[in-house]
Formats: sequence, structure tokens, C-alpha cells
Amino acid sequence: MSELTEDSVRAEVRAWLEANWNPELGLVEWRNKLADSGWGVPTWPKEWYGRDLPQGLQAVVDEEFARVGAIGVAKAGIRTLAAATILAHGTDLHKEKFLRRILTGEDTWCQLFSEPGSGSDVAGAVTRAEMQGNKWIVNGQKVWTTSAHHAHWGLLLARTDWDQTKHKGLSYFIIDMHQPGVNVQPLKQMNGHASFNQVFLTDAVVEPEFLVANVGDGWAVTTTTLMHERRGADGLRTWAMGSDRKGRAYDEERAEIATTMEPYKWYPQRAGRVDLILPRARETGHLGDPVVRQEIAKLLIMSKSAEWTARRARAAAQQGKPQGPEGSLGKLVASHVARAAARIHTQLSGADALLSGTDSPMNGTIAEILVSVPATSIAGGTDEIQRNIISERVLKMPKEPSIDTTKPFRDVPRNTVR
Amino acid sequence: MKFSFSSEQEEFRSNLRRFLGERSPTKEVRRLMATETGFEPAAWRKLNGELGLTAVRIPEAYGGQGFGFGELCIVLEEMGRSLLCAPFFSTAVLATGAILNAGTEAEKQALLPGIAAGDTIATLAWVENPAHWDAAATTLTAKPSGSGYVLDGFKSYVLDGHTADLIVVLARAPGSSGDKGLSLFTVKGDAKGLSRRLLKTMDETRKLARLDFKGVEATLLGEAGAAAVPFARTMVEAAVCLANEMAGVSDRLREDSLEYAKMRMQFGRAIASFQSMKHKHADMLVDVELAKSAAYYAAAALDEGDDDIVAVASLAKAAASDAAVQTAVHAIQIHGGIGFTWDNDTHLWFKRAKSSEVLLGDAHHHREQMMQHWAA
Repeated sequence: MSELTEDSVRAEVRAWLEANWNPELGLVEWRNKLADSGWGVPTWPKEWYGRDLPQGLQAVVDEEFARVGAIGVAKAGIRTLAAATILAHGTDLHKEKFLRRILTGEDTWCQLFSEPGSGSDVAGAVTRAEMQGNKWIVNGQKVWTTSAHHAHWGLLLARTDWDQTKHKGLSYFIIDMHQPGVNVQPLKQMNGHASFNQVFLTDAVVEPEFLVANVGDGWAVTTTTLMHERRGADGLRTWAMGSDRKGRAYDEERAEIATTMEPYKWYPQRAGRVDLILPRARETGHLGDPVVRQEIAKLLIMSKSAEWTARRARAAAQQGKPQGPEGSLGKLVASHVARAAARIHTQLSGADALLSGTDSPMNGTIAEILVSVPATSIAGGTDEIQRNIISERVLKMPKEPSIDTTKPFRDVPRNTVR
Repeated sequence: MKFSFSSEQEEFRSNLRRFLGERSPTKEVRRLMATETGFEPAAWRKLNGELGLTAVRIPEAYGGQGFGFGELCIVLEEMGRSLLCAPFFSTAVLATGAILNAGTEAEKQALLPGIAAGDTIATLAWVENPAHWDAAATTLTAKPSGSGYVLDGFKSYVLDGHTADLIVVLARAPGSSGDKGLSLFTVKGDAKGLSRRLLKTMDETRKLARLDFKGVEATLLGEAGAAAVPFARTMVEAAVCLANEMAGVSDRLREDSLEYAKMRMQFGRAIASFQSMKHKHADMLVDVELAKSAAYYAAAALDEGDDDIVAVASLAKAAASDAAVQTAVHAIQIHGGIGFTWDNDTHLWFKRAKSSEVLLGDAHHHREQMMQHWAA
């Protein structure tokens, strides 16, 4: 076999795209070709739809796809976290059954980790899975489940042994979401949107072969999923954009993106809309107010410094330097920025901050900022958890003495559900 | 825009950190800050000779090393970290900046090699009124006399003003006002008619003087009546440099209080294991790293001739002022009672943070400067 170089890979992918890319193909048909050829996920193993390409050469493939406008495999959503988890811990049966349909976008997935009684403390899950006859029977309640209303499959964390310590009593399953024991209800948020769901599991059934890794290994597998989520592998932090080109495959991709991104249309408002601060200050006649000017300046300083900090982190990563502290601060800073922006939007709007929807400035956008920003400091790890992570992992400060990890979970004080 | 240091710059920084750590331990800082000069001329010349610090940003044509603000700001950050007692900011930032920005070719040839070699200690005298850092507030007058000028009036808060060999002075033509009629002059430290008084400073590591001019003979620097623009540029550069020095001050305060929290036992455990302490430290890291990013960006923006530099410099100074003071307040608090004692070193950096907060204009001032550029 010839040596892999940037040039050889580029030549090969270019030739393959020339021979195969056709925007008039159906989206699934095209992505099946990607799966068969290995060009959809070239860094994956050869036996599972990839080409064993080193991570460093992924960019070459991406460039060639972008050059001809070729659509890639389905990339947004929990499905990517499922794929990463299955690749790392799944059996051949899991890989055979699930990976291809993840890549084609035919299956959507959801993540059943958080519970009403365990938010920051995910390992405190009390949803129980018990082997009855030859099947796992699951009972409990999950919450903050994105896309559960249309997902085919769920990544489920459940407790299988109450006499083990907290982390050792957990197991990880793949659950069929389309069954009578799974009841999905939208969860309406304080901003009126319902981007997430609650999932009630009542004698829901999991086939024994859909256990991932071994009984009791659930926390290790969950950590894999969460690690990919923190890295932003679900692609939900960036606003996905469809191409405006013409062709059947493009049309179908646009529809897919619209479905995936629909729950997140308030996310820009959640971040505080710093971009609207100066225009709003001008429009409301507050730009000359020295008090407002100071507040705006503080916000712009923080937001610019945050942007430059992120760029420092990216530059260091590109040079292959070990990650410095600057790479761990973004989420916490984003909360500060969002809160400061919401405060100034309130100040600028005066009595208009009392209004909502079409009566609120900018057809409801300002009102949506004010009631969406509180999510920023909670979702994906609260500010308090971020501070723990920064102090323990970056600053190497000692953990608090723990009182819940050494005794049987049965004896650990916890919230009662319902 | 560059967002990382080159490996040469990293190496320069680590050498400098090691050197300054050895030459400027707090024992030495405490000894020098108690002296009237605030530094030891012989020791400073030796250190400067070994490291070529005052030459860093001076072009090679004038005997310097020809590096940019990126490198100069590394020096300043490390000096903030080590609290080196030396007339560096006054000489290498303020006076050098004014001469480079305002001076004629002949003046640069005459004045800069001495600074680069470390033989000349120089400063810039511009402030008079405690409420004004800007040139327009200048009242000290310069009248033509013979082939030169004579200066009358006073300057205050002059960095190393009592020891400088060369003083660059901002003055105005009699009867002029605002930005009009401003010129820069050079005056010898021992000039006749110049009286210099060391001021008692809260931060003893940064010496300030009041200078009274009574018919002092002075030499014009640059073009008569046209100092406003080069002076403003010098202030922009100085703000960026000070922001980088403050990044070093903040980081040192943060690191020392982290080390202390890990060592200090109360209630049978290190206080660093309490969540209240961990969250405070996480917040301090955010403050310091954001201020560093702004300071580094501003230094790169100076080197790359960014059009937005006036706003960016003020942004960096405002960010640094808030971060340094907040970090200093936390640092004293984390040390508890011992942190309020003279014997503990924390107050040395606390005071540097406070004096840097005010020097060249506080955060309020710089936020307004920034807004004037971005939200006119």
C-alpha cells in the first residue's frame, strides 16, 4: 500500500468525488455511497465506513468536499455522540445495526441521562433497569431530552445495582424510543419554547443485546458521551446553515437542518445578542448617557476579551501546544457576557422591557433575550460546575471530601421523584 | 492578527523570568523600595547590559535591538511579575516612545543610543493636575530664548523624575490652549532652575516626583507646536505596555494566593479544598486570562498597525485595571490576617496593582476613550 500523504489523499478524494458526487441523488442514496466508500468519515476504522485516515488529514477531505459543494454525512445532533460512543464501546452488532443509519441521517437519537433528581450530579441517576425474564425492564423519568419526540433510539443511563456504590451501580443501554413504555412529553421553558422533553419510562423494554459494555460500566461509557458533547461534537453550538445550491440532495439537506435546528432558534438570544447593543443604544437615544456608556464599554471589553481568549486557545491547539488555562474558561465567560448583555438590554428598553412578543422591541427579540439568558449559566454544566472543573482540573485544587461515593447507593440521601 | 507567541518569544520570556526571579527576589524589592532612588544604578546597568532590556524596542539604527511591542510587552509582563525596581517604564516606554514618535532623525540619533545602552535614565513629564492625563490640560509654558527655550511651571507624578538624567517635558506656547501650541522639550536632570522633589508614594516600588521649572533652559524635541499627535500616540503605546505589566502583576497575585490556599490548613483541611475558595480562584483565573488576552492583542495590534489601536489600547488598559485591582483584593482576602501584615509580600503587588490602576487614567477614563471610538 502506498504511503498516505496530503497530496495522495487529496488526489484520491478528488477523483472519487468527480466520479460519484451528483446533487440530484437522494440524500440517503448519496450518504450510503459515502458510507460504502469511507469518504464520509475517513478517520473512522476501515471496517466501519471509514478509511483509518489520521485526524490531521480530515481537513484535506473537508476542503475537497467544500470545493465541489458535496454534502457530507449527517453531522448535527445527538446521533454524532451516539456514533462516537458506539465506536468506542459498542459490540459489532451495535455497529452493524446503528452506524450506517446514523451516517445517512435516517435515524435520529436522543440522550437519556439527566433526571429531575440528578442534574449536575448525573451519576446520581435513579432510573432503574432490572432483568426480568430475558429482557431489561426500565422504570423512571428523564428530562432535558433534546429531540426525544422524533428520536428512533435513546442513549440510556440507568441504575442496575443499588448495593454498589454510586458510580459502580450504573449501566448504559440503547433503548428503542418507539414502544409503549416510552412516553415523551414536551417540556415548556420559561421563555415559552419547548426545545426539550421529559421522557417517562414505564416498564419500557430493552433487549439484552442492547446493553453497552458490561453491567456496572455505565459511568465510563457515559463519560465518553459527555466528553464528546463538551467538545461540541453535536454541532449544536454553531448555527448550522444549509447550502443555497440547487439539487435534490441540497433540498433534502435543508429540510434535515431545519428539523434539527428548529428547537434552537432562540439560542442566539440565550447568548445575550451583544451585536444588538450598540444599534439599540443608538435607536433608543441612550448612546449619550455616560452611565449607559460605561456599562456598554464593560460588556464590549468582556466580550472582545473572551473572543481573543478563545482565539489564543485555538492558536495554541493549532500549534500542537498543550492546552493552557485559556481553553477552559469559555463557557463561564459566556454566562457573564450573556447576563451583562441582558442587563443592558433592559436598561436600554425602559418600560418596553415590560412587554413580550410582538409588542416587545424588535418583534419580540428583546423580550426573548431577557427570558432566555438564564439558560446560559445552567445548560451543559452550570457556572458552579464550571468553576469546580476549572479549580480542580486547571488549578489542581483539591476536591471537596465526598460523602456519597463510598457507601452503597441505596444508603445515599437523594431526592425523591414524584 | 497573531494569537500566540513564537517559540523564540517563549524562550525569551522564560529566560527573563528566571533571570528576574534570581535578581529581584522580594527581599531585594523591599530593600530597593526603601531607598530614595528606588533602584541601584550600578546593578541596574549590569542587568540591563546583560539582557539589553532598554534596547528591545529601539530600532537598530539607533543602537537598539529592533524588536516590536510584542517583545517589549513580554519584558513588561515579567517585570510586573517580579516587581523589578528599575527605571524601566519611564525610560524604555515613556521617554523612548516620545522620542521615537516626536523626534527628528538627528534627535533620535543623539538621544536613543544612550538609552539603548542603558547609560541614560530618562522619563516623560506631562501631568500637572491630578484630574487630567491628557495633553490639553498642560499649563507649563515654553518661551523662545536665544537659540532654545525656557520652561516655567511645574509637572507632577513624574515617574523616576527625581533620578532621570534626561526629562522629556510637554509644554505649551504662552497664550495657546487645547491641543494647539503644544511642544515637547528635553531637559537635563541637573538643569539650572529645575527643582525635583521625591513624592511619598503608596506604591514604594514606583517612584514619582514633582518637578518645578523656573526659567529652565530646554531643547525642542520634534516640531514646535505639533506635539499633540506624537504625544497621543505615546500615551496609546504606554497604555498597552502598562496593561501588559499589569497582566504580570495580576498573574503573580493569583498564583501566590493559589499556592497559599493549597498550603494553609484550617478545619483540618487545606482551605483550597473549600468550594468558596475554589470558585473565587476560578473567577480570578477568568479575570486574569481575559485581561491577558486583551493586553496581548493590543501589543500585536500596535505591531501590526491596526486602525483600531486607540480603542483597543484603552480596552486593554481598562480590562487590566479592573482585573489587577480585583485580583489584588481577592489575594489579600485569601491570605486572611497575614495578608494585611507588612511582612507578608502580598501588599507589594496589591500596591502596584492600585498604582497601575490609576497611572495613565483609570478604567472609567479608558472605557470612555474606547466608546468615543466605537460609539461616536
